[in-house]
Amino acid sequence: MTDASTPAPAIEFDHASFHLNGRPLLQDLVLSVRQGETLVLLGRSGSGKTTTLKLINRLLLPTAGDVRVNGRRTAEWDTIRLRRSIGYVIQDGGLFPHFTVERNIALVPRIENWPQARVEARVRELLATVGLNADLASRYPSQLSGGQRQRVGVARALAADPPILILDEAFGALDPITRSEMQKEFRALQQRMRKAVIFVTHDLREALLLADRIALMEDGRLIVDLPVAEFSRSEDPLVRAYVEAFSGLPDPYLGTK
Amino acid sequence: MNFLQFMMANRQQVLDLTLEHITLAGVATFFAALVGIPLGILITRVPQLSKPVLGGANIIQTIPSLALFGFLLPAPWIGERAGRLAILALALYALLPLIRNTYAGIRSVDPSVVEAGRAMGLTDRQLLFQVELPLASGVIVAGVRIATVLSIGLATIAAAIGAGGLGEFIFRGLAMVNNQVILAGAVPAALLALSADFLLGRLERRLGSLRLKS
Repeated sequence: MTDASTPAPAIEFDHASFHLNGRPLLQDLVLSVRQGETLVLLGRSGSGKTTTLKLINRLLLPTAGDVRVNGRRTAEWDTIRLRRSIGYVIQDGGLFPHFTVERNIALVPRIENWPQARVEARVRELLATVGLNADLASRYPSQLSGGQRQRVGVARALAADPPILILDEAFGALDPITRSEMQKEFRALQQRMRKAVIFVTHDLREALLLADRIALMEDGRLIVDLPVAEFSRSEDPLVRAYVEAFSGLPDPYLGTK
Repeated sequence: MNFLQFMMANRQQVLDLTLEHITLAGVATFFAALVGIPLGILITRVPQLSKPVLGGANIIQTIPSLALFGFLLPAPWIGERAGRLAILALALYALLPLIRNTYAGIRSVDPSVVEAGRAMGLTDRQLLFQVELPLASGVIVAGVRIATVLSIGLATIAAAIGAGGLGEFIFRGLAMVNNQVILAGAVPAALLALSADFLLGRLERRLGSLRLKS
């Protein structure tokens, strides 16, 4: 519940459910993300994380309840406008293989008819933002390393400066060293950008590093939704199971109980 | 007189019939593509239609070509319409590879790439023209290639209804029991088919490499 003085959350799930052929993939989700906040959706494969994301950019519509973006139900949004105001990053970038890096990044600005000079300036700026050399712009995705592709994916999502960013296992396909670099850079980036971010992962360490809040999901239900500092102290058995699965790894939050 | 001497002696007619043959096969493939490629796209959008459309194109292709042209032969009104009729028949045969390859090409585009495009707010039209068709173009051109070679081969039968083309030599040679005359039609037709296959194959490989860039 928000009181009248605070603005509507950027993303709000209001008892949202999604059923596919009678099978519940998401049940009665109540969750919200404010501008500037990073929420990590944590959970196993099939726990409903990706379904949750797809409800935000209307790749799916809830079968019950509401999903609101900037206070407006996604069903009432113009789909194309809604999607262009949400940056979306998926595993391995989801880049268009027949587009150069430059065309991939400039996709949304171009279809939004930005003037050419502004598009070019924006691409240069974004390449720098995600730590890529400007001469990669003319390469094709197949000519990049996995980490570079992922950076291009982030740059593409940020291109039209959307207020909301959703990331689905964005760093899941990277080697541990690149992954750790990307996580740190992303955290620094988010501290500057202050977007409303939902980050989906099954990696507790990644969640602890990036999140302001962690929402743990299982079987299409939200189990807990806690500030990151409280998460590993939770007594919830599923949280305990998660923490134990990752224990033995040195991390400030993962001390023994 | 051997085959080459026959060709030289009749070079003007060989040339005329070859051009006629190219026109028959080319126009037929063009119209088949004009119908087949949009149909292939349509059935990726309306999946309920994919079975009837592909099934229909399949059935057309199972009709023996000689029989189809044979049916048309005794029609008294055929006369000057023979060329157009032959083109229609050839285009019908060429439909299947065009529809099937367009459909398969678009369906084989990596779903995560399509979903990324959708999630970024591409309209259906933008998704089709900027993502799906470019990535399917190699497979679609492969369909054009099959259709072209098929049409060039089948166009020899068009002579059966008086539509001309290199089939004239073949049918004449059969009637005269003269192998040289048969070869004068068959060899240029085969060369045409081979060169069309070669040229479109090169285009196909170039477009196919778009996909490998993933």
